[in-house]
Amino acid sequence: MEVSIQVNGKEYSRDVPPMMMLAEFLREELSLTGTHIGCDTVSCGACTVLVDGKAVKSCSILAAQVNGQAVKTIEGMAENGNLHPIQEAFKEHHGLQCGFCTPGMVMTAADILSNNPNPSESEIRHGLEGNFCRCTGYHNIVKSIQHAAQSLK
Amino acid sequence: MANQYIGQPVKRREDNRFLTGKGKYTDDLKLPGMTYAAFARSPYAHARIVAIDTSEAVRSPGVIAVYTGNDECGQFSVPCGWQVDFKNGETMKEPPHPLLAVGKVLHVGEDVAIVIADSLQQARDAAELVNVEYEELPVVTNARDAIKEGAPLVHEDAPRNMVYDWEIGNPKEEVDNAMASAHHITRLDFMNQRLAPNAIEPRCYIADYDVNADKYTLYTSTQNPHLIRLLMCAFALGIPEHKVRVVSHDVGGGFGSKIYHYTEEALLTWASKKIGRPIKWTSDRSEAFLTDAHGRDNCTLAEMGFDKEGNIVALRVKNEANLGAYLSTFSTCVPTYLHGTLAQGCYKTPLINIDVTAVFTNTNPVDAYRGAGRPEMTYILEHLMDTAALEMNMDPAELRFKNFIPPFDGVNQPGYQTQVALQYDSGNYHGTLRRALEMVGYEDFRRQQAEARKSGKLLGIGLSTYIEGCGIAPSAVVGSLGARAGLYEVGQVRVQPTGKVSVYTGAHSHGQGHETAFAQFVADKLGIPIEDVEIHHGDTEQVAFGMGTYGSRSLAVGGSAIVKSIEKIVDKGAKIAAHKLEAAAGDLEFKDGKYTVKGTEKSISFADVALTAYVPHDYPEGLEPGLDFSSFYDPANFTYPFGAHICVVEVDPDTGKIEIKRFVACDDVGNVINPMIVDGQIHGGVVQGIGQALLEGVSYNDDGQMITGSYMDYAMPRADDVPFIETDRTVTPCPHNPLGVKGAGEAGAIGATPALVNAVMDAISTHGVKRLQMPLTPERVWRALKN
Amino acid sequence: MIPAPFEYKKARTIDEAIGWLNEYGYDAKLLAGGYSLIPAMKLRLNRPGLLIDISALPGMNSIREEGEALTIGANCTHADIMRSDLVGKLFPALAKAASVIGDVQVRNRGTIGGSLAHADPASDYPAVVLAGEASVEVRGINGSRSIDAEEFFQGIYTTALSDNEIITAVKFRKSPNSIYLKFHQSASRFAVVGCAAVMKGNEIRIGITGVSDTPYRARGVESNYDGSDNAAKYAVEGVDVLGDHFASEEYRSHLARVFVSRAINALQEL
Repeated sequence: MEVSIQVNGKEYSRDVPPMMMLAEFLREELSLTGTHIGCDTVSCGACTVLVDGKAVKSCSILAAQVNGQAVKTIEGMAENGNLHPIQEAFKEHHGLQCGFCTPGMVMTAADILSNNPNPSESEIRHGLEGNFCRCTGYHNIVKSIQHAAQSLK
Repeated sequence: MANQYIGQPVKRREDNRFLTGKGKYTDDLKLPGMTYAAFARSPYAHARIVAIDTSEAVRSPGVIAVYTGNDECGQFSVPCGWQVDFKNGETMKEPPHPLLAVGKVLHVGEDVAIVIADSLQQARDAAELVNVEYEELPVVTNARDAIKEGAPLVHEDAPRNMVYDWEIGNPKEEVDNAMASAHHITRLDFMNQRLAPNAIEPRCYIADYDVNADKYTLYTSTQNPHLIRLLMCAFALGIPEHKVRVVSHDVGGGFGSKIYHYTEEALLTWASKKIGRPIKWTSDRSEAFLTDAHGRDNCTLAEMGFDKEGNIVALRVKNEANLGAYLSTFSTCVPTYLHGTLAQGCYKTPLINIDVTAVFTNTNPVDAYRGAGRPEMTYILEHLMDTAALEMNMDPAELRFKNFIPPFDGVNQPGYQTQVALQYDSGNYHGTLRRALEMVGYEDFRRQQAEARKSGKLLGIGLSTYIEGCGIAPSAVVGSLGARAGLYEVGQVRVQPTGKVSVYTGAHSHGQGHETAFAQFVADKLGIPIEDVEIHHGDTEQVAFGMGTYGSRSLAVGGSAIVKSIEKIVDKGAKIAAHKLEAAAGDLEFKDGKYTVKGTEKSISFADVALTAYVPHDYPEGLEPGLDFSSFYDPANFTYPFGAHICVVEVDPDTGKIEIKRFVACDDVGNVINPMIVDGQIHGGVVQGIGQALLEGVSYNDDGQMITGSYMDYAMPRADDVPFIETDRTVTPCPHNPLGVKGAGEAGAIGATPALVNAVMDAISTHGVKRLQMPLTPERVWRALKN
Repeated sequence: MIPAPFEYKKARTIDEAIGWLNEYGYDAKLLAGGYSLIPAMKLRLNRPGLLIDISALPGMNSIREEGEALTIGANCTHADIMRSDLVGKLFPALAKAASVIGDVQVRNRGTIGGSLAHADPASDYPAVVLAGEASVEVRGINGSRSIDAEEFFQGIYTTALSDNEIITAVKFRKSPNSIYLKFHQSASRFAVVGCAAVMKGNEIRIGITGVSDTPYRARGVESNYDGSDNAAKYAVEGVDVLGDHFASEEYRSHLARVFVSRAINALQEL
């Protein structure tokens, strides 16, 4: 079936099978491999992207379901070669180690901060409950988001 | 040489690619003509394969090939890398681990058939059509059950399912006698439960055979590409190493689970030649739970004897280690040489006996998982210490201070010879505990706790002071202990003609930040900007050789190999510089990136020396051109990081739920190259340790079905389960490696678990609770409080 | 992971969706957020031949005050509900329940209609639906009807919906004095016990989820309520309590009593 999806500001039309998930569409059709698949069943959050500005887990959304909508992936966060303040904060505060959960963390952080520009530590932790990280113990991820909140003001 | 970078929190150079979605994980690769594999796996824990019918799968659309254990690949087997013999000298039982099940399946999830198709969808659909007739056999999943007479046999030639029995330490009789005359004995009988490692990146392999070159390439999410190549070529498939390239770009976490040579790696490599096309397989999470080597799973009976004053007089441990259905690559050394040898802990214990029986069961293989053997032993020692303190009505900190080995730096004082074979390099256990007590405000807390108890609040504090053996390790030592490979590391430093430096290391980074930390010391040692240094790893055709990354060894062993090469470069550079400066090499000093004739202004920069080495028009006679050295570094000893972790908890008496109020860690990992990275390693390790204490545990039912095979059932720490981790460190350099570093990767996971469990036990000790089994689920805590 | 092959259709009107449901029968499944259905399909535990996407159906995503009722369109997401000022004012327990479902991403995607139709016995809404004496508004081939909350939930993944019906809205009784408390399962974060309590004058209504294979009104608590938390002891009276790997029957029963008691006490402090 024909789908037309705006990804990182650019429109893509593709003929895809109904079974194709958004994550697969991004990775296989558009070669945007920054969106990762960790569990493939909405538990780990590595596949998180923004659809119409909201964080969602792309592993279990059909590409067809987002037909006509706007998707933002990790590849669309930096602009003109400048890291987004959230990306910058993750780098500055060592909010990543192996990097696999990182795109999902950054996209989730974007959602958290867009709804709540001044999150408390506990609001950030609650906001990250859909994203597993096995490397950082979340410590520096939470710190990164706290600092990103400051710099986004 | 002035250190501009060493010791600084230099921001990671690898981060930009990860943060912008440009990491290169194996699953991100797509090769022309690539096919996809899916597996038919055993639904039974133990069964005879009566018949396999693949005809329907073969006919399914897009299917290129279907193989089973009846094909040639069934004759190949992945090896175990470490031989541990029985006490009586007999060789351990080492049944073959075929690439696909032959005749029998021994655990749920075992590979029975591989289906290769043009698309993943086609492969998956066809894998469902592989029709296998099974005859179920009796199942055993628990180590203690497995060694009972009459238990179902996993392998017919391993009586009582024993892989080996093994002991270390002082003669049993001496330990028994000391125990018999002890004033007090603290005894623990528990399970160190099985854990699923759960790197967030699932395992992924792409095998690509090039018929014209008769050459294989395996892209794999591994922690040690060279070791995979060695094991696969020399042991599994019998193919020549120079015809095999193993590539491991970015890897999304390992924690041990990606050290091992898995059957799927060899099988895909074999099959890619058969079908003449590249094949990709990416594990899904269910497969990861069922087949990524698990960790821990020991049944432990541990006893510690004390005299009247609280001095330890003896330690006796009896362990049954569950190794699963097959021997994974390093499985056999985990409950023995990585476990029994750490039984001295930080204490002067005069008599120690550790007795281990390793067994087969109808479960997924068990191998090293972050800490590997050392968390298990630390849990024994540290849980014994806090439990003993409660039982003897002593303060747990005091009890430790009383029993600590006195400080020794390994230079002015000799290393400490333990009762269990190892000699510690350097240590100051008083120092880390003192600092951790200060950080947590121990005495204040005890007052606060006494107040809280009056109002029925269950506050507790738990201590853990660990030591670990890292930087694995001297080849002669590990060889004598049964390792079937050397455990040195390789570091090549290639100075380019313009003075820029390419470094090739056999260590592998899957989150540890080698590209940054290694570049820091290389830049300092050569006196050049860090931007002039590039670190390469993860490709057997780029890096001469290597043993990979595990056991907190990268910097201590891999870093040291690089330092050796740098020394050779500096020496050779001195000859070139001497020629150019018309001075004697001995009169030169290498500092801040240039050679200077001592006491003069005459100097030549490192870059000019490099250029001269590659454009040797005016050059020392007899000296080879070029500036490129490779070194193998085989350390003199393991390294022994140590530390003190303290946890404060509050238990909800109504629900049994535990809240971690504070977690304090003071670690000593020797010298620190990048404190930001070291802290990060500690945070992550601590939270994995917390996971074991509170949440995680793989469970099989009596039929050998895993009942915790998804994230809906296997609980791992999420961001709101844990607090910030408060860290600090002391520095006791390693005396035997050039960087003085000890390793930080596993420390957190080793120290944290007992600290947390001890805190909970302290909190509920007022209710007379004596023992609790991990994970400390709310229900377990509630039940203990109720009884 | 890939589901078994299926067909996908996006419905433009409710009638179109109902028509397809009627035509395809059991082989068709409605697709709302999809976060329960699609993972199950990937694990091949569920193999519908047709997915009918109802996300674009008109008139199903409003939150309205209607006399004594608070009406939530079936396509409202958990995030919509938890952030709605109207819900916060008229039924805080509902907002709270929505805020502890899954995680940020799940709340952005999952809908109240989808959740209720799925009828996971450990999901959060049923407790609130029961305590809020809601009616589930549905439309099918034979027209519209209202299903009372207590009649709606019939067992594990089982409801009073027939194969060709669609939930269009949920109508709650306004319950400004209300609370939802949850004890979550440590892995899935579904409710081991979820307790919604609504207080009106000296009456209390309690809905409980997670404890049994069907969520229920804790009538024993309600009828014995004496202004204190004494009645919490009736939390599982006459109920077939679940026991599993995460919570035995005994522990779950205990937690139910604890959470009912906490809910009562919390409401009294409000």
